Amino acid sequence: MSDSNNISRRNILKAFAAVPVLGALGFGVLRKKNYDNDIRDQIVKELGISYDPPVLPTIEGVDKSKPIRVGIIGYGIRGEQLMRAAGFAHPKTIDQWREAAEKDSKDHRLEDFLAQEDLNLQFTGACDLFDVRAQEAMEACSNVNRKGSKEQNTLTCKRYRTYQELLAATDIDAVIIAAPDHWHAQIAIDAAKAGKHIYVEKGMTRTIEEVFQLTDAIKKSNVIFQLGHQGRQTESFIKAKEIIDKGLLGKISLIEVCTNRNSPNGAWVYDIHPDASEKTIDWEQFQKPSPNKVPFSKERFFRWRCWWDYGTGLGGDLLTHEYDAINQIMNLGIPHSCVASGGVYFYKDGREVPDVFQAVYEYPERDLTFMYSATLSSDRDRGKMIMGHDGNISIGGELTVYADQESTRYKPLIDKGVIDPQIPIFLYSPGSKRIDAVTSATAKYFAGRGLLYTYRQGKRVDTTHLHIKEWTDCIRTNQQPSCNIDQGFQEAITAHMATVSYRENVKVFWDPDKQQVLKGKSLKS
Amino acid sequence: MQQSNVSYSYSGSQVTLLVVLRILIGWHFLYEGVTKLLNPSWSSLGYLADSKGIFADMFQNWASNPNAVRTIDFMNEWGLTLVGLGLIMGCLTRISIFGGIVMLGFYYLSHPPMVGYKYALPSEGSYLWVNKNLIEIFALAVLYVFPTHQIVGIDRLIFSKKYNKSI
Repeated sequence: MSDSNNISRRNILKAFAAVPVLGALGFGVLRKKNYDNDIRDQIVKELGISYDPPVLPTIEGVDKSKPIRVGIIGYGIRGEQLMRAAGFAHPKTIDQWREAAEKDSKDHRLEDFLAQEDLNLQFTGACDLFDVRAQEAMEACSNVNRKGSKEQNTLTCKRYRTYQELLAATDIDAVIIAAPDHWHAQIAIDAAKAGKHIYVEKGMTRTIEEVFQLTDAIKKSNVIFQLGHQGRQTESFIKAKEIIDKGLLGKISLIEVCTNRNSPNGAWVYDIHPDASEKTIDWEQFQKPSPNKVPFSKERFFRWRCWWDYGTGLGGDLLTHEYDAINQIMNLGIPHSCVASGGVYFYKDGREVPDVFQAVYEYPERDLTFMYSATLSSDRDRGKMIMGHDGNISIGGELTVYADQESTRYKPLIDKGVIDPQIPIFLYSPGSKRIDAVTSATAKYFAGRGLLYTYRQGKRVDTTHLHIKEWTDCIRTNQQPSCNIDQGFQEAITAHMATVSYRENVKVFWDPDKQQVLKGKSLKS
Repeated sequence: MQQSNVSYSYSGSQVTLLVVLRILIGWHFLYEGVTKLLNPSWSSLGYLADSKGIFADMFQNWASNPNAVRTIDFMNEWGLTLVGLGLIMGCLTRISIFGGIVMLGFYYLSHPPMVGYKYALPSEGSYLWVNKNLIEIFALAVLYVFPTHQIVGIDRLIFSKKYNKSI
C-alpha cells in the first residue's frame, strides 16, 4: 500500500472518527423513546381516556343577524365586568387600556377586548340607584363601537329610575341582573313575568323562600335563564368530568374546595365613591326588600356583602362558585345535610357575616363528604381536590390526576414501575399544544404557575364572555343554557343550608320528598 | 491565525481531551435538540415568559407574540440539533461553536442567576452569577481558540487543501 493511500485512509478515519458517537446517541434516543412510549401506551390503555383537549359544547344554528336588546340592572363592580364581557366597555375604560398598552406593550387588555366576539347586542336600558353609576352605565351601554371618550360621546341608552320601569319597556328583550343579592329574586321574578330573558349573578337569592318562588316563576315562563357561574365554561372542569365519569379515581369519598383571599377588596371592603350621598343614592329603594330598615349608610350601600340584610357572605358569594364547579363535574345535587361554622375573626369592622367560614356537606347516598373551607385573611390556595380510593384529582387552571399509592386498580402498574404515584398519570394545562401522560418537569412547573394559560395564543380567555355568549346563543335558538334554573335551584338551596346552619347554629337537612330544608332534626339517609 | 500549525503542536493527550470535550458538548446540544424535535408539545413559551433581568422585557414580548414563539421554537429545535451535529462530527465546527455560544448567551441573559431572581423551574444546583450556561459558553470559547476539527472531524476533508499543505 502506498504512503499516499495510507494518508488518505488515515484522513478519512480521522474525519469520521466521531460517527460511532452519533450511533450511540441515536441508539440511546431510540431506547428512551421506546421506553417512554411503552409507559405512555400502558397508562393510556389502563385509563382508556382521550388525551385530546376537552370539546366545549357549541350551540348550532345561531342566527345573530337580529340584535338582542338588553337592559342592565345594577352597574356596580360586577355589572361593569358583565357589560365588558358582553362587549360594552365605558369609553374611559378604553382610554385607560389604550394608555396602559402604550406604556407597556405586554398590557393586552384593549387588544383582548377588541378581539372579543361581537354578540350583536344592544343595551337599550340601564338602571342603577346611584346617579354616578347610572350615568356611567348609560355611557358604557352606548359604546357599541368600543371607542374611547374622544370618539364616543353620544347616548343611545335610556336610564330608568326603577327596575319596574325598565322591565315595562318594549325595546328590551333581556336583562342582566347584577344588583345586590337581596334584589335578585324579586327582579328576576318580575322579569320572568314580563317575558324578559334573564342573566342573574350568584348567589341566586338571599333566602330559601325566594329560591322556590324564583324557580316557580322561571318554570312558568318561557324565558331563558342563566345563573352567573362562568366556571361552567372552564375547560379543565369539562375534562375533569370526563375523568370522573370514566371512574379513574375509584370510589370517591371526600371532596375539598376552598376560597382564598387576603385583601380588603377580597373581603368586600369596597371603595366608597366620593360623590355618594343621600341625594345621589336612592336609599329607600335600595333597602326595600331587606328585612331590617336602617338610616342611610354609604358603607352598607357599597359594602352590602358584609350584612345579612343584603347578602349571605361567603356562602352566597364564593361557596356557590366552588359548589357549582363540583356539581358540574360530579352532578352532586342537593346534599343530605350540612353543618357550618366560622366567625368574624379578622375584619372586625362591624360586619355581620363571617370572614372565616367552613361548611361540611354529607351525601350518604353517594358515600361522600363535600367540604368547603374559606378565610378572607390568607391567600394560601388549596385548590379543588377530589379524593378517591384509586386516585385523586386537583383542579385549578390546570388539572392533575395522581394514582393513589395504595390503589387497588393501579397496583399491578405501580408494582411494575409503569405508574409512579409521585408523577401525574394525567396532566392538562389549558392552551398547551396537547395533553400528555408523560409530562416534563418543566411543563409541569410552568403550567402550575399559570404562565402557559396566560400567554398561549397571546390572549386570555374570559369565561364570563363565554357564559354570556352561551346565554344569548340559547335565547336565539330557544335552548337551555348550562347553568339554568335547575342548576341554580341546587346551588341556592345548598348554599343556604350552610348559611342557615351557621346563623342558627344547627345541623340542617334536606328532605327531597317534601322539598324542604329542616333544621336540627335527623333524617333517615 | 495559522490554525493547522497550532493544532499540530498539541500533545496526544491534549488532542484527546479537547476532542472529548467537543464531543461531550456536542452530545449535550444534539440531545437537547432531538428531544425537542421529538416532543410535539415542547415550546419555548414558558421559558421566555419566565425571563428575569434587564432583557426580561424583550424575552417576554417574544413570549406574547405567537409568531415569534413559533420562530424561536424552530430555531431552538434545529439550532441545537445542528450545533450538536457540527461539534460531534467536527463539521463546520467554528460556525457551530459560534452558534452554540450565541444560543447559550441568550439562555444566560434570559435567566441570569442574579441575587433575588426566582424562576418557575428550580435549578438542580445552586448558582450565583455563574451557572452551567456560562461555563459551557467559556468551554466553547476554549474550543474556538484551541481547535481540533482539522485533526478529528469532517472539516479535515473540507479544509483538506490547507491541511495537506501544512503536512
